Amino acid sequence: MSCDSQVVERLSGLVSSFICHSAGHLPDDVKTRLAQMKEVETEGFAPSIYDVMQKNMEMADKLGRPSCQDTGLPQFFAKVGTGFPYLEEIEPALIEAVKKATVEAPLRHNAVEVFDEVNTGNNVARRIPWIDWELVPGSDKLELYFYMAGGGCSLPGFAKVLMPLEGYDGIAKAVFDQMTTYGVNACPPCLVGIGIAGSAEVAAKLSKKALLRPVGSHNDNPKAAQMEKDIEDGLNSVGLGPGGFGGKLSVMGVNIEQAARHPATLAVGMSTACWAHRRAGIIISPDFTYDFFTHKGVTL
Amino acid sequence: MSIFHFTTPVTDEDIRKVHIGDVIYLTGEIVTGRDDVHHRVVVSGKEPPVDLKGKAIFHAGPIMKKISAEGEEDKYKVISVGPTTSMRMEKAEAEFLAATGTKIIIGKGGMGPKTTKGCVDNCAIHTIFPGGCAVVAAEECVETEGVEWLDLGMPEAMWKLRVEEFGPLVVSIDSYGDNLIENNKVEFEKKKQAALESLKGKLDYMS
Repeated sequence: MSCDSQVVERLSGLVSSFICHSAGHLPDDVKTRLAQMKEVETEGFAPSIYDVMQKNMEMADKLGRPSCQDTGLPQFFAKVGTGFPYLEEIEPALIEAVKKATVEAPLRHNAVEVFDEVNTGNNVARRIPWIDWELVPGSDKLELYFYMAGGGCSLPGFAKVLMPLEGYDGIAKAVFDQMTTYGVNACPPCLVGIGIAGSAEVAAKLSKKALLRPVGSHNDNPKAAQMEKDIEDGLNSVGLGPGGFGGKLSVMGVNIEQAARHPATLAVGMSTACWAHRRAGIIISPDFTYDFFTHKGVTL
Repeated sequence: MSIFHFTTPVTDEDIRKVHIGDVIYLTGEIVTGRDDVHHRVVVSGKEPPVDLKGKAIFHAGPIMKKISAEGEEDKYKVISVGPTTSMRMEKAEAEFLAATGTKIIIGKGGMGPKTTKGCVDNCAIHTIFPGGCAVVAAEECVETEGVEWLDLGMPEAMWKLRVEEFGPLVVSIDSYGDNLIENNKVEFEKKKQAALESLKGKLDYMS
């Protein structure tokens, strides 16, 4: 099969616009949660920090700029319908879209080749953009997420394998330890993603996928949903406040994703999203019409 | 909490006035520098190409846009410039202060005991600009005066920025050795223990 260059151009143009918009605009669910938290945080430094955050969102929109200078290391999460007609074109289009958005948004140059220690200057480098693939049988659409995770909110990330007798309490302890140390620097209030699985790499990947779920959504397993709430309440009682200055709350939420574990292992992974959680999701149909479902009402 | 308006070059007398929790708005010259700049100055021992005496080092890797035409002298505009995680510079900051005469560190999150001692020894402070508020900060940068060490790449280079009323800068380490975020962390640690205690029994899914 050969690659259709016209399709690559059309798809990359759409995805580039999608990236540019999401660099300057938070998704609807994050904006709603931040507005709720701002109402609660009435003491100390918190109100003035929330005021600056609010002003920043408004200015980014007005001036058409990336709201945070750290636009992340480009990373896509693709759910590809097995009937999507442009399978050959997806990867070249995503790479092209990143190059284009780097100039147009503009995005910060964030891809540094390992060992050579050279910044490539266009956000394209070895295995970057990183693309996570999932196949969706029976669909003819492409569901695409782009998530701009900055360095600050990537620093608290970890994965490790616990012994089962450490239990789910061991998972909670690992998360709390990380949030009260590294989490303070990760532009709180964060969204906390936790992955639970049988090995480190699966737990780590699920923790990132947990961050793609909306703020305020719940795991479909009632026990997991309860654990999300228990950890969220517990972290909020620590009161990191915006920017780590202290307050009544700490996090925008806790999302857990799980895969079955090995009888002898209990792996945990954690990823955090800063308050400027630039997660964007779009569903693209074969005729290039789209549903920009994280940012309702936006035309690209 | 007091509010101060300082202009660079900042003096020891200015620095002595402020304590943790105070807020500063800064006018004058600030220079960006983060991991690689600290590595070059402190580990590789290179002379910084910018005079930092009495000025502020801004832990930030900005998005810059070249606005000069082809053939003209290079001119840049700040598009987006917020603070980066200061703790990454903990290893080298005290030596950096001593080597450069920098008076104000601007970043986000706290810094540790080594920097705290560096602030006492060099009569300097660490301040926090609200994280993720990079367009607000960009609009307080009125002119880009130049760039050095651009070979390090856009985020790592030393961008010389003229700022007006740059802030709010919350003082997190003062020249008397007080550390706001470390104090907060002691509180967070206590509350964490209480929170984990109250989770006990709730997560026992293996029974």
